[in-house]
Amino acid sequence: MREITFAQAINEALREEMRRDPRVITLGEDIAVLGGNFGVTKGLLEEFGPERVKDTPISEDAIIGLSLGAALVGLRPVAEIMFSSFLGCCMEELYNQVAAIRYMSGGQVSVPLVVRTANSLGRSGAAQHSARPEAWFVHTPGLKVVIPSTPYDAKGLLKTAIRSDDPVMFFEHALLYYGVKGLVPEEDYTIPFGVADVKREGGDVTIVAYSMMVKKALEAAEILAEDGIEAEVVDPRTLVPFDIDTVVASVKKTHRLIVASEECGRAGVCAEIAFRVMEEAFDYLDAPIERVAAADVPVPFSPPMEEFIMPKVEDLVEAARRLVG
Amino acid sequence: MTLDKNKYAELYESMLRIRRFEETAIDVFSAGKIPGFIHSYIGQEAIAAGVCAVLRPTDYITGTHRGHGHCLAKGMRMDRMMAELYGKRTGYNKGKGGSMHIADFSCGLLGCNGIVAGGIGLATGAAWGSQLQKNGRVVACFFGDGAMNRGSFHEAVNVASIWKLPIVYVVEANGWGISMPTSAAINLTDISERAKAYGIPGVSVNGYDVLAVYEAAETAVARARRGEGPTLLVCYATRIRPHDEGDPQTYRPKEDIEEAKRNDPLPRYRSFLLDNGILEEAEMKDIEERVEAEVEAALKFADESPYPAPEEALDDLFVEEVR
Repeated sequence: MREITFAQAINEALREEMRRDPRVITLGEDIAVLGGNFGVTKGLLEEFGPERVKDTPISEDAIIGLSLGAALVGLRPVAEIMFSSFLGCCMEELYNQVAAIRYMSGGQVSVPLVVRTANSLGRSGAAQHSARPEAWFVHTPGLKVVIPSTPYDAKGLLKTAIRSDDPVMFFEHALLYYGVKGLVPEEDYTIPFGVADVKREGGDVTIVAYSMMVKKALEAAEILAEDGIEAEVVDPRTLVPFDIDTVVASVKKTHRLIVASEECGRAGVCAEIAFRVMEEAFDYLDAPIERVAAADVPVPFSPPMEEFIMPKVEDLVEAARRLVG
Repeated sequence: MTLDKNKYAELYESMLRIRRFEETAIDVFSAGKIPGFIHSYIGQEAIAAGVCAVLRPTDYITGTHRGHGHCLAKGMRMDRMMAELYGKRTGYNKGKGGSMHIADFSCGLLGCNGIVAGGIGLATGAAWGSQLQKNGRVVACFFGDGAMNRGSFHEAVNVASIWKLPIVYVVEANGWGISMPTSAAINLTDISERAKAYGIPGVSVNGYDVLAVYEAAETAVARARRGEGPTLLVCYATRIRPHDEGDPQTYRPKEDIEEAKRNDPLPRYRSFLLDNGILEEAEMKDIEERVEAEVEAALKFADESPYPAPEEALDDLFVEEVR
């Protein structure tokens, strides 16, 4: 196995799936000639041509509408929305059209479409380039929500997403694209949805974390280990479907739970996970569940302020010490 | 323009099916048998009938919240439509859609849409998909003049123009967005002029005249099929009924309703067929009896069909189910 970046893993998944299935097409802003704002789609235009790799005008609403219509007539589009902040520009298409059409029609159609997008907290993008809106989609019945943290997971899950007959919101992270490398096999593999991955085993406290927070949780676990606290890091990898069993199994072992996310805390994914654990493992908890998430403000620009509102490694360490201490 | 006799008859039957289906639906809605809302297409039947008569069975359309006409003109069955209006399990959407969201993908109707302009993006995507698959299919995308002020209209029409997509945007210009007159919402006398901004043809026709609609649609569909791109086809015809059944229309001048009634496309076309010796009175009666029988059977089917079991509400969300 070789080590590749998260961005390369996404690129390989797209390339291999486009080779495998001529119905797979991709569209978005600056994805073809430029190869993507983050360079993730580099080389696809050259290999697959301008019909299957399509630059669009700055029209997010149309990007999703085009993808939906193409999916309904037999293609398998992968749309890129450059920053997840821009999902605000196409929420109507996702919320009222993509998510609803199969159910609303009584199951007449499937909607095999993937929306790839990038969360981007921590890059001084300020309020309009730093969104983490995955909770909106977890809250929207009819969409699957995938949010990997490693190159291996990104590639295997994107392949599953492209082969899925249901619409998938696929959240990448701008700081992970070139910020992490990992071992990725050269041969074809997929990762099923709804299967969490235990990124580190430990017996004292469970940290459920996804996307960028997995990296932070693993760093926190190293620090905690020096104090003799062993943290178990559970990465659900997909939020819809959600692997509650693996989380519950971990809680039954550690009896303490931290739920971590870069989203704004209020009414978010952490709250949902905490509720599910309360339903299924209340009697196993020795302490209240801790939430480590961002402050409920639009993201500020200036680095000291952005750093202040973000969930950090030390927030996880402190939460674990409170729980175990 | 001269059509063969069957086509003339088909247009009449198509309009009459819409009219009688809707009159019946309004009756049973008033009697409390249909939940939700009914947005009647009465007065605008010539548009869907004229456009769909040009299309092939494999072509696609998208409809609107005022969509019964689109469904029927594309060839959908009255009985399963009526059952859907009732919320019955035998309805097209198994009771999950209702009047505003009827869909039949097998006949090319990619859904009516409860969101104004909601079908424009996906219709454009279906046109893109057809272009990529080189299957020669065309999309007719129906929406009202109110939808022309939604951003999705702008984004989609622009893309269709630059990519030369095989689609016809059919504007059913009834002059109203619920209570707001189009004259207060768009600063153009002829709204088809908007086409110019996208570099595509904009055509205006009398939407009460089914033959005028047919002729304009034929040109637009042929252009789309040749790969020359979209057309904005504006059909002017106001609704005879309120925005939806129960709307008191306090905003609407009486003359506007009177004018719509005077222009009623059905008596107008019926006289045309008789006066020009295209159809005999007896042939008209045959059509009318056939439609009447279809309406009665649809009502009976809807009345006698079972409601879905409540827990069927949890089915049909995903292809691969999720806990």
